[in-house]
Amino acid sequence: MELAITILLFLALVSCAIAIALVRNLFAVVMLSGVVSLLAALLFIVMDAVDVAFTEAAVGAGISSVLMLGTIALTARNEKVPPRYSLVPLAVVSLTGMVLIYGTLDMPNFGDKNAPVQTHVGPSYIERTPKEIKVPNFVTGVLASYRGYDTLGEVTVVFTAGLGVILLLGGLGKRRKRRRESN
Amino acid sequence: MDSLFNTEFALGHMNYWLFVILMMTGLYIVVARGNLLKKIVGLNLFQVAVFMLYISMGKVAGGTAPILVDNPDQAYSNPLPHVLILTAIVVGIATTSLGLALIVRINETYGTIEEDEVLDIDHDMYSAEVAEMEKFKLMNAETR
Amino acid sequence: MEHHLILRVVTKMLVGPILLYALYVQFHGDFGPGGGFQAGVIFAVAFILFGLVFSLRQLRKLVPDWVVHQLVALGLLLYAGTGVLTLFLGGNFLDYNVLADVAYQGQHWGIIAIELGVGITVFAVMLSIYYAFAGRPPQLDDKDW
Repeated sequence: MELAITILLFLALVSCAIAIALVRNLFAVVMLSGVVSLLAALLFIVMDAVDVAFTEAAVGAGISSVLMLGTIALTARNEKVPPRYSLVPLAVVSLTGMVLIYGTLDMPNFGDKNAPVQTHVGPSYIERTPKEIKVPNFVTGVLASYRGYDTLGEVTVVFTAGLGVILLLGGLGKRRKRRRESN
Repeated sequence: MDSLFNTEFALGHMNYWLFVILMMTGLYIVVARGNLLKKIVGLNLFQVAVFMLYISMGKVAGGTAPILVDNPDQAYSNPLPHVLILTAIVVGIATTSLGLALIVRINETYGTIEEDEVLDIDHDMYSAEVAEMEKFKLMNAETR
Repeated sequence: MEHHLILRVVTKMLVGPILLYALYVQFHGDFGPGGGFQAGVIFAVAFILFGLVFSLRQLRKLVPDWVVHQLVALGLLLYAGTGVLTLFLGGNFLDYNVLADVAYQGQHWGIIAIELGVGITVFAVMLSIYYAFAGRPPQLDDKDW
C-alpha cells in the first residue's frame, strides 16, 4: 500500500517535472514548481520525515514561488522559442542516468533495517537523545545539540546568501534613481 | 544481471530509479533550456531529487517518524538524514534567491534572460572592442 | 491590489493566526515537528502576505528596512553568542550542559536559545530578500498578468 502511494505520488512528480521542461509560459513553470514542492512534501511524509516535509511545504511552495513570481515581474513572462532542438543534451542526460542507475544496483533495499546507514550514528542518536537531552523530537535534539556546530554553519550560509541578495538588489536602485534625479 | 528480474530487488530499488529519473529531468532542463529562470527551476528539481534520495535511505521498514512514543520497542526512521536535509532546504532557498537576484541584475544590464541572447550581446561587445583596438593600432602606426 | 476587497479582508483575518502558528512551531519544536527554520519561514510568510495584499510601502512602515537588516545579524549573533557563553561557563563551544545545574535542563535552555537565533535569522533573511525583489520597479503592469 505504502509503495503504491509512493509510486503514484512519484509519477505525478515526474509528470510535473516533464511539464516544466515543455511549458514556455514562465508563470506556469513557477506554479508547477510549487506543485512539485507540495508533492515532494507528501512523499517526505510517506517516508517518515515530518520535519523535512514541513520545511519543504513552507519553503518550496510558499517563499520560493513568491520569489520566482517577483523575478518574473522584474524580467520576462515567456520563454523565447528555442532556436533548435538538439539530441546532444538528451544523450548526455540518458547516459548520466544510466551510470547513476548502475550505481544504485549495489545499494541495500529501500527500508532495509541492516543497511550501513542504519547501523552507525543514527541508532546512537536515537538511544542517547531521550537520556541526555530529554527532548521527544530526535530531529531537534540532533539538529540543535549533537550537530549544533553544523547548524551554526548552515545559518551562516543563509546569512551570507541574504547579505548577497541585499547587496545585489537592495538600495542600489534607490541610489541610482537619486543620482538620476540630481543630474 | 539476473538479480534485476528479482521482484524483491526491483521493488526495493524502485525508489532510487525514480529519483534518478527526476534528477535527470532537472539536469535536462539545466542543460537544454536557455531561459535562466527555467535553469534555476531545473536546479531545484535536481536538488529535490537529491533530498529524496537521502530521506529514502533513512527510512526503516516498520519504523515511524523520529519523535519519541511511549512504546519502548518502537523502531524509528533514522533522524540524521532528516537533520541534514532540513537545513539543506532552507540553505537551498537562500542560494536560489541569490541566483534569482543575479538574473534580475542580468536582465537590467542585458535586457534579456535568454542565455543565447546574453552570449550574443557579449560576443558583439567583444568584437566591437577588438575592432576599436585594431583601429587604434592602425592609427598609431600611421602617425609613426 | 487595492481593489481586491475579499483578499484584503481575508488577509486581515489570517495574518494574526499565521504569526501565532509560527510562534507555536518555534517553541513547540522540541516536542513535535518544527523548529527555528520552519518557524522563521512561516513568520516571514505572514509579513509577505501583508505586503502582497496591502502595499510594500505599508509593510515597510510597519517593519523598516534597517530593523530587518539588523535582525539578520542579531539571530546569528544569538546563536554564536550562546556558544561563547558556554565557553565562558567552562564548557566546550555549544556544550549546553553547563547552562543550568542539571545537564538536561541546560540542554533545553541551549536548544531554545539557538532555535530562537535560527528563527530570527531565517525570518529576517526571507523578509529582506522579499524587500529586495519587491522594491525594484516592475517591468510588467498589473494588467499584463
